[in-house]
Amino acid sequence: MIPAAFEYRRVGSVAEAIAALSADEDAKLLAGGHSLLPLMKLRLAVPSLLIDLGGVPSLSYVRDGGDHLAIGALTRHCDVERSDLVRRSAPLLAYVAGQVGDPQVRHRGTIGGSIAHGDPASDLPAAVLALEATLVVEGPDGERTIPAGELFLGFLETSLRPGEVLTEIRVPRSPGGWSFQKFNRRAQDWAIVGAVIATAPSGRPNVALVNMAATPVRAAATESALAAGAGTEEAARLAADGLEPPSDLNASPEYRRHLASVLVRRGLEEAAARDGAA
Amino acid sequence: MSILGNRVLRVEDPKLLTAGGTYVDDVELPGAVELCYVRSPHAHAGVVSIDTEAARRAPGVLDVLTAADLALAPIVQHLPGIPAEMARPFLAGDRVRFVGEAVAVVLAETRAEAADGAALVEVEYDPLPAVVALEHAASGETLLFPAAGSNVAARIAPAPAPSSAPGAAAPGAEGSIFDDCEVVVSERFVNQRLAPCPLEVRAAAAVLGEDGRLTHWSTSQTPFAVRQALAGALGVEEGKIRVIAPDVGGGFGAKNGDYPDELLVGVLAHRLGRPVRWCETRSESMLALGHGRAQQQTITLGGSRDGRLRAYRLEVVQDCGAYPLLASFLPHLTRAMASGTYDIERVEFESVSLVTTTAPVVAYRGAGRPEAAAAIERAVDRFAAEIGMDPAELRRRNLVGPQRFPFENPTGTVYDCGDYAAALERLLEASDYDSIRAEQAARRSCGETVELGIGLAVYVEITGAADLGGEWSAVEMLPDGTAVVRTGTSAHGQGHATAWSMLVSDALGIPIDAVRFVQSDTDLVARGVGTFGSRSLQTGGVAARQAAERVVELARELAGELLEADPADLVVDPGGGGIGVVGTPTARRSWAELAAAAAERGTPLRAEVDFTPPGGTFPFGAHLAVVEVDTETGGVRLVRLVAVDDAGRILNPLLADGQVHGGLAQGVAQALLEEFVYDAEGNPLTTTLADYLFVTAAELPSFESLRMETPTPRNPLGAKGIGESGTIGSTVAVQNAVVDALAGRGVRHLDMPLSPERVWQSLAATG
Repeated sequence: MIPAAFEYRRVGSVAEAIAALSADEDAKLLAGGHSLLPLMKLRLAVPSLLIDLGGVPSLSYVRDGGDHLAIGALTRHCDVERSDLVRRSAPLLAYVAGQVGDPQVRHRGTIGGSIAHGDPASDLPAAVLALEATLVVEGPDGERTIPAGELFLGFLETSLRPGEVLTEIRVPRSPGGWSFQKFNRRAQDWAIVGAVIATAPSGRPNVALVNMAATPVRAAATESALAAGAGTEEAARLAADGLEPPSDLNASPEYRRHLASVLVRRGLEEAAARDGAA
Repeated sequence: MSILGNRVLRVEDPKLLTAGGTYVDDVELPGAVELCYVRSPHAHAGVVSIDTEAARRAPGVLDVLTAADLALAPIVQHLPGIPAEMARPFLAGDRVRFVGEAVAVVLAETRAEAADGAALVEVEYDPLPAVVALEHAASGETLLFPAAGSNVAARIAPAPAPSSAPGAAAPGAEGSIFDDCEVVVSERFVNQRLAPCPLEVRAAAAVLGEDGRLTHWSTSQTPFAVRQALAGALGVEEGKIRVIAPDVGGGFGAKNGDYPDELLVGVLAHRLGRPVRWCETRSESMLALGHGRAQQQTITLGGSRDGRLRAYRLEVVQDCGAYPLLASFLPHLTRAMASGTYDIERVEFESVSLVTTTAPVVAYRGAGRPEAAAAIERAVDRFAAEIGMDPAELRRRNLVGPQRFPFENPTGTVYDCGDYAAALERLLEASDYDSIRAEQAARRSCGETVELGIGLAVYVEITGAADLGGEWSAVEMLPDGTAVVRTGTSAHGQGHATAWSMLVSDALGIPIDAVRFVQSDTDLVARGVGTFGSRSLQTGGVAARQAAERVVELARELAGELLEADPADLVVDPGGGGIGVVGTPTARRSWAELAAAAAERGTPLRAEVDFTPPGGTFPFGAHLAVVEVDTETGGVRLVRLVAVDDAGRILNPLLADGQVHGGLAQGVAQALLEEFVYDAEGNPLTTTLADYLFVTAAELPSFESLRMETPTPRNPLGAKGIGESGTIGSTVAVQNAVVDALAGRGVRHLDMPLSPERVWQSLAATG
């Protein structure tokens, strides 16, 4: 519980962070620390340098971007959860942010930190997948955007390049029905399995799953079945098709597959009910 | 009017909630050497070599010590019958026996340097087969202590108790105790291993004074036992050692015992002549603080088809972990309470305590009694299901009646007093049992996927067991009009400062804030046993009350002389005015005057009492849990927990509520969430609070706590212990509720914790 020795630098701008990150390949960004610091305390992560983004005020905001919502990467979960703008324009995201960890975690952890960490057991990465969000990153070669669907490559592995910093999350306005079904044993825990349902710009439901693969993942078989006109129950049964869910103390892969079907069915039903009520 | 029995606010809380307490790791000790232990990553291995060179060269590292360097004899357990070969060394010598066992200790200038140094110690291990399953341990195929010849640490032989009921079928001889039973049910239960998880982890700090005396701060529940163990290890007189347990943040039984990594702090401070300190991390604590429970039980319960229970057999296999500490003794407590609240003619018990390559098992909230209650209460539910009788009705027909006390149960334990039927009826009424059953039936009839389950437990347990001795307390009135109460018990969260101050304040008629409470310092307290087993109020509390009453007697004698009055006419002014003549407000001497006069005469107003109760006391009660089980996911939600608890006369209902609430929470946690898991190779899998599912408020309903008060005749306060009863009834009530919810789907039994996957699999298997 005592981390190995490391250097610490608090930066004042994104440019400074990019420079520091580019200069040291073992450096890590600190953007809330609720995933990184526990790993460091167990000495499972041993970064040489921690670059603290906490002093970059321009990265914490929620703005109306017209057809989308723009959220600064350092916006804390509690601010996403409580933002009127997020609640109106992307109520799913506000709700999911409110299910992360516990109140202490939500007051420290940031949306960008959670997404860039790419943990398949975290709620927000699956939410941005279902919402078809776009990630804005800045790096030594300037700014670029990454569709959420192209961000998560493997376990805790993303398509962010060395020296790149995630700066903004752009979420399309999502007026249709939505649902987040999080199944866990304690309120503060990671989901054993989670199912995120969002209405795609096309009007059809997008389904993303938490903790069902090495990355946050879309339930492709369910989505295809729905597109082909299958009923909710039938489509939900396919939720885990093609996936290799992890095994841990809380659940075997078999149980996770079962949970995914139940949760996706419940999610689709709830999203449909919300859509009808809207 | 007496304040006893009132909800007096905790006097210790303003400090704990504002300025903060002074815990061991808060003790200022300039220049202290910090320790960090090198712990085994293997469950079972020979230690081939330990290379400390790199660690010694690391910045800030002062020394690295191994078992060979220490040359200390193993720690002797004061428990009967444990093979001497199984004594626990301070540091592992040629063999490690669990993941987390310390093999070396690094001494450094700072805590971080000690941790960095520990990471550089190279230990070469020769892995041996792990022994995790109790069947494997029993087989003796792999021995932890080859010199002992087996893995058996202790045993209770099956000795059928003589029948107390005339006309019952003779037990023993050829027949079985179940010969006359129309219905016999049998089942195997696992009472799983738990990690106690006190909020404050263990710590120790020590300094050798210029006078040659060692002061050792400890997170212990039993500072006098720590002093004794340290004196033994150092080979010095106990008088040369002062042990202080300052504010202690919970223990739940696990901080009661001789832990080598704590004692070594005092030993090294004594050897080095430099202050030494150590504080374990949470991850270390999960490995190296003792665990609790860890029993495998086989029950057989027989009786008649109309619901009369006649014979019960309980066979226990106790997992001791790597070294037999208190766990080896726990089956004795399980045996003592085996038949619980029921009048069962014939009871057989046998147990074997085995060593395994896991963390040692120690006392944990209830220690042996929750295991007994879980076994009999599950068995009774199992029997009720078998004969198709409502579990409340089956209990009603078999409870020991209120006229039977003192009642000797078939395992020879004599219960002091109780009214189990009254507790059950009160519970059924308060919970509106019939209505919940009706709702359960209604849900079933319309095929809802979320089932309702109702679970009962009627428990009795033993607190303040007499063979653990009594306690010392002393009360002194000072010339400034305040009183000091000193006691041998050692509170670590319970609220003894409040309780003891109430007892003294009430006897002397002085305000509660005029009483100063002193505990847990072997220089300031003459002697003590400590706080565990819900024993404190009925031993140290009674002693404090009696000492205060003796001070009143001394003061009356003195006041009689000063006022030239007959002491028989003198009474304590309940308004704090001292002692005066009945009905004559002017003829009075204040406490300050009396204490000053006594001091002048060289006979201070001081009394001390050792109180040893004639026997243990037996709190009892009835708990009811209502759960919802989502049959699609296997998820369990606890909807209600109703508890009727009787711990004799209650001194302070607020303190009692705190004990009951915490106990219920930990009880629910065992039923639904907690389990310390080792894999087959002996690797611990639940070493953080993310993996080990410590319960939080979000998982719990608001408890419905009701109280009965049946005073015990075994002490003048009429008090029984209430520290553990919450865990004793609630755990199995919740377990019974989950099984009850699924009874309609063919489920007969489920072990704890009732995880969603376990529930789901049981449904997949039956249906």
